[in-house]
Amino acid sequence: MRQTDDALVRAGRALRLVLLIALAALFLIPFYLLLRNGLATEADITAPGWTFLPRELHWSNLRELFDDPSVPMAHALLNSTLIAVATTVGTLLLASLAGYGLARIPYRHANAVFYAVLGTLMVPAAVTFVPSFVLVSSLGWISTLRGLIVPTLFSAFACFVFRQYFLGFPRELEDAAQVDGLGPWRTYWRVVVPNARPVFAAVGTIVFIGAWNAFLWPLVIGQDRDAWTVQVALSTFTTAQTVNIHELFVAAAVSIVPLLLVFLLLQRYIVAGVERSGIDG
Amino acid sequence: MATPGSTRRRSTPRERNQTFWFWIFVGPFALGLALFTYVPLAWSVWLSFFDAHNTVSPTDFVGLDNYTAVLGEPAFRSALVTFTVFTAFIVPATYALSLGLALAVGRLRFARAFFRSVFFLPTACSYVVAALVWKLSIFNGVRFGLANTVLGWFGADQVAWLSTTDPPWYWLVLVTVRLWLQTGFYMVLFLAGLQRIPPQLYEAAAVDGARPGWQTFRHITFPALRATSVAVVLLLVINAFQAFDEFYNLLSDARGYPPYARPPLVYLYYTALGQGQNLGLGSAGAVVLALIIAVVTVAQARWFGLGRREAEG
Repeated sequence: MRQTDDALVRAGRALRLVLLIALAALFLIPFYLLLRNGLATEADITAPGWTFLPRELHWSNLRELFDDPSVPMAHALLNSTLIAVATTVGTLLLASLAGYGLARIPYRHANAVFYAVLGTLMVPAAVTFVPSFVLVSSLGWISTLRGLIVPTLFSAFACFVFRQYFLGFPRELEDAAQVDGLGPWRTYWRVVVPNARPVFAAVGTIVFIGAWNAFLWPLVIGQDRDAWTVQVALSTFTTAQTVNIHELFVAAAVSIVPLLLVFLLLQRYIVAGVERSGIDG
Repeated sequence: MATPGSTRRRSTPRERNQTFWFWIFVGPFALGLALFTYVPLAWSVWLSFFDAHNTVSPTDFVGLDNYTAVLGEPAFRSALVTFTVFTAFIVPATYALSLGLALAVGRLRFARAFFRSVFFLPTACSYVVAALVWKLSIFNGVRFGLANTVLGWFGADQVAWLSTTDPPWYWLVLVTVRLWLQTGFYMVLFLAGLQRIPPQLYEAAAVDGARPGWQTFRHITFPALRATSVAVVLLLVINAFQAFDEFYNLLSDARGYPPYARPPLVYLYYTALGQGQNLGLGSAGAVVLALIIAVVTVAQARWFGLGRREAEG
């Protein structure tokens, strides 16, 4: 009995490993296709019969992409970088201050303010995109970086995560700062922020990924070519199919490089951020 | 207003000082949230009662006409059907796959970080890039597409994945994109949930004679993951409701978006921002959708007993 049980357990374990390896390979296929098609020629891609990799890797596709005047890739990358960095910095600043205030500074109506913030979590941001578009267009912000960045800076989710975090922050540190004669503002910057770096990293990475990959808002607001983000540029050429296919794939591959770097370097913070977002989101 | 019992009735200088600092910290965020969330919401509700073609300051009050129009529109109802079908596919599929992966990865004795990274990596990809790969390489519907190549190895017929409605193969394309992209995220949530289960529970179960495997999962692991499961299902439904990116990028082409498979946000996008810019009708549609998602969320929370969440950790 015990022996068959052991054999069963071992067979189960082996089966599980085989399944995991197969699934992992399946999950990596899209990344492989980005590379394969991005470094191939048009003829390689459309050839009958599958080749694992093109006979020759055409790294020159990269130069072709950035030299192509009909594809504003460099400008789109610049826009995406500016938007993602500004959104991340702005969100962290605004949401952490608000989260700290809500968690730590006693005020009669703090609960009412908190519920007003919480209420917007229940309203899916995407359902408000029509009215937000209306507002931004009446401000004259269509196709501007302002219009792409400012309305996305006020994340109820980030504020909520910071508030929950600061509720559990050890009070002794702030008390000591107060004894030293620091006011709330300097206490926050000199004592609280330096000791809360992990939560800043967790929220920051999640916000950065979201801003880099955002599509609907940039599509609606960034209408002019000059205001295109990487996602809007890729989407325009995917749906119109006016660009060579290998160029499109190399562009897509380039567009995920910054995020892959963020992922490889900061994965533990991203995981921490995901864990925070799921349970209370 | 009454102040808390521990302080005097008048507001003291200390209290006034604290109110000042509260607004220094919270004010900028609260102001922005009011301006960019509450104002658009209110404006949208207001617009929904007007005939607002190409204008955001209409004068032609039409009462509930936009609401009756949007509810009577076949396109709007078909958007709700599309959302329902999509949810019926994607929520159970993602739930099962992410939970299964978490259980399998969590029990690994080696290479756990490697497998977690591989399954989590697609989260770094945007729906635009994923849709590009799916549309132009895997399911491009021609001979050199990956899916058709594989079908060819087995001698099966070619399939025009995205441009055929009979049978509606485009659902397979739509569901697999999202499944690939979001499963890792929920797997991480389940992995965190699994780590919070006290090992004593398993020890006690083993003493009681529960066999490892299905019995332990059914009676220990699954009930202990209840809080995580509730959160995952809620997030999955809300995210399915907001699906736009992959639908738009997979299905629209140089000729525009086909008349089928339009989820709510695609419907809104074309109604409010497409030709004619019917902002009144679009706003009414947005209000109805916001109400639907609110009702669905609250109903789900009730159904799963969200209030008991904290007791169960």
